[in-house]
Amino acid sequence: MDKWKDNKAWFLVLPVFILVAFSAIIPLMTVVNYSLQDIFGPGQRVFVGIEWFEEVLSDKRLHSALGKQLIFSALVLLIEMPLGILIALMMPKKGLAASISLVLIALPLLIPWNVIGTIWIIFTRPDIGLFGAAINSLGITFDHTSSPIQAWITLMFMEVWHWTPLVVLLAYAGLRAIPEPYFQAAKIDGASTWATFWYIQLPKMRGVLTIALLLRFMDSFLIYAEPFVLTGGGPGNTTTFLSIYLVKVAVGQFDLGPAAAFSLVYFLIILLFCWIFYQVLQNVGKGEKS
Amino acid sequence: MAKITLDNVAHSYIAKPKNQADYALRLIDNIWDDGGAYALLGPSGCGKTTLLNIISGLLSPSKGRVLFDGKDVTGLPPEKRNIAQVFQFPVLYDTMSVYGNLAFPLKNRGFNKPDIEKRVLEVAQILDLTDSLNKKAASLTADAKQKISLGRGLVRSDVAAILFDEPLTVIDPHLKWQLRCKLKQVHEQLKLTLLYVTYDQVEALTFADQVIVMYEGGIVQIGTPQELFENPSHKFVGYFIGSPGMNFLPCTIEGNLAMVGDIKIKLNDQTAALGAKAKGKIELGIRPLYLEIHNTKVEGSVPAMVKSIEDQGSYKIITTILGNNNILRARLPEGKPSPSEKAWLRFSESWIRLFSDDILLKN
Amino acid sequence: MKIRKRSLFFIIYLFLLMLPIYWMLNMSLRTNADILGSFSLYPANITFDNYIKIFTDVSWYSGYINSILYVTMNMTISLLTALPAAYAFSRYSFLGDKHMFFWLLTNRMAPAAVFLLPFFQLYSTFGLIDTHIAVALAHCLFNVPLAVWILEGFMSGVPREIDETAFIDGYKFPRFFLTIFIPQIRAGIGVTAFFCFMFSWVELLLARTLTTTNAKPIAATMTRTVSASGLDWGLLAAAGILTIVPGALVIWFVRNNLAKGFAMGRV
Repeated sequence: MDKWKDNKAWFLVLPVFILVAFSAIIPLMTVVNYSLQDIFGPGQRVFVGIEWFEEVLSDKRLHSALGKQLIFSALVLLIEMPLGILIALMMPKKGLAASISLVLIALPLLIPWNVIGTIWIIFTRPDIGLFGAAINSLGITFDHTSSPIQAWITLMFMEVWHWTPLVVLLAYAGLRAIPEPYFQAAKIDGASTWATFWYIQLPKMRGVLTIALLLRFMDSFLIYAEPFVLTGGGPGNTTTFLSIYLVKVAVGQFDLGPAAAFSLVYFLIILLFCWIFYQVLQNVGKGEKS
Repeated sequence: MAKITLDNVAHSYIAKPKNQADYALRLIDNIWDDGGAYALLGPSGCGKTTLLNIISGLLSPSKGRVLFDGKDVTGLPPEKRNIAQVFQFPVLYDTMSVYGNLAFPLKNRGFNKPDIEKRVLEVAQILDLTDSLNKKAASLTADAKQKISLGRGLVRSDVAAILFDEPLTVIDPHLKWQLRCKLKQVHEQLKLTLLYVTYDQVEALTFADQVIVMYEGGIVQIGTPQELFENPSHKFVGYFIGSPGMNFLPCTIEGNLAMVGDIKIKLNDQTAALGAKAKGKIELGIRPLYLEIHNTKVEGSVPAMVKSIEDQGSYKIITTILGNNNILRARLPEGKPSPSEKAWLRFSESWIRLFSDDILLKN
Repeated sequence: MKIRKRSLFFIIYLFLLMLPIYWMLNMSLRTNADILGSFSLYPANITFDNYIKIFTDVSWYSGYINSILYVTMNMTISLLTALPAAYAFSRYSFLGDKHMFFWLLTNRMAPAAVFLLPFFQLYSTFGLIDTHIAVALAHCLFNVPLAVWILEGFMSGVPREIDETAFIDGYKFPRFFLTIFIPQIRAGIGVTAFFCFMFSWVELLLARTLTTTNAKPIAATMTRTVSASGLDWGLLAAAGILTIVPGALVIWFVRNNLAKGFAMGRV
C-alpha cells in the first residue's frame, strides 16, 4: 500500500534529525575543516588544500594498516557468518531451554569492549590463563606479544568469541519467523535436511543476514578497543588496524590535519563497501517480491 | 488414489487429557472412498485442520489408526504416505522457477530428467501454467502460486490424496471462483481423492460430492449438499448451512399441531408421528426458503410482526417476530409484494423438521 | 530430554563460549597472590574480598553507577526520539525521506575516533564535559539511527488499517499512538531497547574521552587499574564479572520480547 504523502511528517522526524545532526554535522564540518589545513598550534593554521589527502593516500603505513584491516574483516565475515548460521540452526526452538540459550549466547555481546580485551589477556597468559596454560601443556610456547601469527590467532579467537553471537541472534530470529507450513511442505515433497536449508531457510533469512553482514563488516572495520587492549597494535604493528592507526596519528602524533583527512577517507571506504554489499544482497533477492 | 479409513481416531493437544473437553478431535470413525471430492466444513476451532493434519501425517493422533487402502499408515511420516497438501497461503520455493518447483518432489524421489520433464509439462498444461514455467515462482500472483502448490502434488502420479487447508484464503474474491472451477476440473480429469477444509459453506457445497460437517471436534453429519440442506441431522448443520440458516422454534407437540406458546402450526401425519414419540427438548425447524410469507392472511398461516427487510437482489430476507420473542426469517422471491408491519407466515408442511435435543427426528 | 547430535554440538559451543567467563569468575573469587601463586581450575579458597572492595570503594562502584546512569539516559532519549521518527518513515512519504533514512544509517559507519576531538570541543563549549548527559547524547549518534532502523521495520509489519480504523473511530494521534500502536510493537521496542543498551554499555572510547572523574564509566576505571603498576588480577576479574551482570539482567527481562520480537519484525 502506498504511504500517506504529507510533508508535515517532518515534525515527527525533527527530534531525531536535530539530535543526530547536532552530533554529526558539527564534527563533520570540523573534520572537513581540519583536513584542509595545517595546524601548528592554537590559532596558527594554514590552508593546504588537498595536500593532506595526498599524503594520507600515499602513506605506506596507512596502506599497511588498510591491508591488515581488509584481511581481518574478511576473516571475520568468512568465519562468523557461516558459524553464526550453524549455531542458530542448532539452538532450541522454544521453552525454557530457548530462553536460557538466548541469555547465555548474548552474554559476550554485553561485555564492555576493553573488558573483553582484558578477559583474553588473562585467559591467554600461560601462567594464569586456562587457554594459555592448555596450549603450553601441549608443548607450544604461547606468547602473543612476540609472535605475529599467534597474535593474529588470539585476536581471531577473541573476535569470533565476542561477535559471533550477534550473527546467531539475528539468524535465530530469522529462522523463527519462517511459518511452519514451509517445513511441512518440504517434508511432503521429500526434501532432505540440506535441501530444506538451502531452498527454504537460507533464502528466508536474507533480510536478517543482510543486517548481520553489514553490521559485522562495519564494526569489524571500525574495531578499536579489543585489539588495542589485547595487543596494542603489536607485536610491532602487525595487528595495527585502521582505527588503531588513526588514533595513533591523531592522538599520538597530535597532527590533526592528516588525521582528519584520514578519517574522511576511512569513512568513505566503509560507505563504499557497505553500499556494494547492500546492492549485491538486494539483487540476489530480486524477483522474490511479488 | 486411495481409500482413506479413520479407525476410532481421536486427538488431544494436551499431554494427559482428562475429559471430552480436552480433546480437539473426538472419536472419528469414517471411510472416504477412492476418487471422491470431500469437504470438511465447520467453524473455526471445530477440529477440521487437526483432522486434516492427522490424515496427512503432519500430526500423530493420540488414539486410533489411519489406513490408506487398508494399510496402516498411522506411524508413517507425510512423505511416505503419498499425499500432497495445499496450505492457506502459497508455499513455494522462492528461489526456484515454476518448473523447478514442480520438478522438486520428483527430483527428491530420484526420477530421471526426461521423466521429470514429461510429467512437469503434463501438469503445467492441466493447470494452465505452461507459459510461466521459466518464470521465477515468487513473481506470480497468489492464485497462480496456489496452482503451483497444487501442481507439486499432482506431479507425483502415485499421489493417494490431495488435501486442501482453506486454500482460497489469500486469493482475491474475483479469482476465487476461477480457482474453484479449476479444482473441480482437475478432479474430474484425474479422479483423485480430494479433501478440502473450509469454513465457507459456498466453497464446500460447490466443490464437494460429499460434505462432512464438523462441530466442536466431532463429525456432525456427512452427506451431499442436498442432504445437508434438506435433512440436517443436527441443529448445528441446520443453522450453519444455508444463508441465512434454518429457523428454530421451541415447541410442544399436541396431536397434529406444534404449539409455540398459543400459536398453532399444522404438521403433516409423518411429522406428527415423529413428534409423538419424541422426548426431551423439542424444536421445530424450517428453512427460510420454505417459510411462506404473505402480506395478507391466507389459509393455515399465523401472524407475525415484521422487524426488518433486507434486499438481496433477486429475493428479500424478511425478519419477523412470532409470538413474544421468536425470530423467524423468511425468503420472499422477487416480484412478490413485501409486507410492511404485519405479515402472515405459512409453514410448508413437508419441509417442517422436528429436532429433539438438537438431533433431527426421522424414521 | 533427547540428546541428539545437534544438541550435543550446541552444548559444546555453549560450554566453550562460557569458558572465558567462567575463568573470570574463577579468578574473581581468589586473591591476587593466590592467582599468581598457583594455577588452579577452580577457586580452592573462595574469597569475596575482591567484590567487597568494589562495593565499598567509591572509586570503583561509582563507575558502575555512572555507566548505568548514562546508559539509561541514552536508552530513554533514543527510544523517545526514534519512535515518532520511525512512525513517520513507516507511514509517510515526505520530501527527502529516503535520503534522510540512509544518512541516518551512515552515522554508524564513521569511526568513533573521528568524533573524539570535535565532541570534546563541542561539549567543552557547553560545559558538559564529565557529565552523564554528555555521554548519553554522544551515544545517541550511533543508537538513534539503529533504533529508527529497527523500529521502522517492526512498524511496517503492522497493517495501516489499524491506524486508519483508530482515526475513523475518533482517536487523536497521541492517544492512538500510546494505547493502540505501542502495544502492537511492544516486542520491537524490547529489541530496540536491548540493542541500545548493548551498544551504549560497551562503548568505551567516547565515554572515556568525555568524562574525567564524576561520570567515569566502570570500563574506564578498569583500564586505569591496568595501566597502574602492580596489576590486581582478582580485582580486575571481579570488576569484569560485575560488568556482565546488568547486561544479563536486561536480556533476561526482555527475553520473551526478543524471541517474539525478532520473529515479527523486518528481520
